[in-house]
Amino acid sequence: MAKVILPAGYNEPATEAAVEIDLKSPGTAALLAWLVPGLGHIYQGRTGKGILFFVCVLGTFAYGMILGQGKVVYAASPSPLPIPGPFYQRWQYVCQVGVGLAAMPAYLQTVRDPTGESQASSDEQGGFMAPPRQRPFRYTDDSNNETIQPTEQALWAARNHPNFEVGTVYTVIAGLLNLLVICDAYAGPLVIAPAKEEPESDDEKS
Amino acid sequence: MLSSILLSAVTFPLAVMNLWHAVPLVVSVSLVWSATRHELLQPILHHAVRFALWVLGFMGIFMVLLGIMQYFAG
Repeated sequence: MAKVILPAGYNEPATEAAVEIDLKSPGTAALLAWLVPGLGHIYQGRTGKGILFFVCVLGTFAYGMILGQGKVVYAASPSPLPIPGPFYQRWQYVCQVGVGLAAMPAYLQTVRDPTGESQASSDEQGGFMAPPRQRPFRYTDDSNNETIQPTEQALWAARNHPNFEVGTVYTVIAGLLNLLVICDAYAGPLVIAPAKEEPESDDEKS
Repeated sequence: MLSSILLSAVTFPLAVMNLWHAVPLVVSVSLVWSATRHELLQPILHHAVRFALWVLGFMGIFMVLLGIMQYFAG
């Protein structure tokens, strides 16, 4: 059982008494906080902060997904670059995976079908969080101008500009915010030391 | 001169509308950031408000700077 004591007076407005936090098993709490934002805090009995983190982090992630029409979170797609691993072409996923289980379908989709081709029932829709297909797609904009987009990712970006980019930023920030939450579950709040008031010197008094 | 003012009058509201996307993000980031620095609700909210104002002020300064640069570049 790990415990953290926040000294009295560190807050602003200052609290009179010290705050003692029971972190229980910090490793377990950190793992739970990664899997579901806020779950680690609820496990530690810090329910209010747990709900706050759950709403803020997953709300940000969900808002980004809605803005990006569900296409902004995917792990990777084939690339001519000779770099192994599922993250090399979609670096944003490294940040998005910070939200834990909510971003896991993208990884599973990439492991199951790296090209995304086998799940596509038509030219318009691929699988949920599936990687974009690497072939040309026909796109007609609002002015009935028809273009050929080189890949499915280009199609998503063209069809949903600029919300594709904004949604990507939202989901990336949600993942990065959860890293702060994991640290808080593991070690408690990062205490800001209270500023010490300098005693007035005799010269200033006179 | 007149055309650039008219162009700004058209594009500025669009830019402002796009900025609405920043509001939930500022709220979320402020709350999470301050909640990782405090344990009790009151200090969390107090810190979050100050942090959000600081972020909005920072964004506002850069928006004005970019607007000035756009005016002289255009």
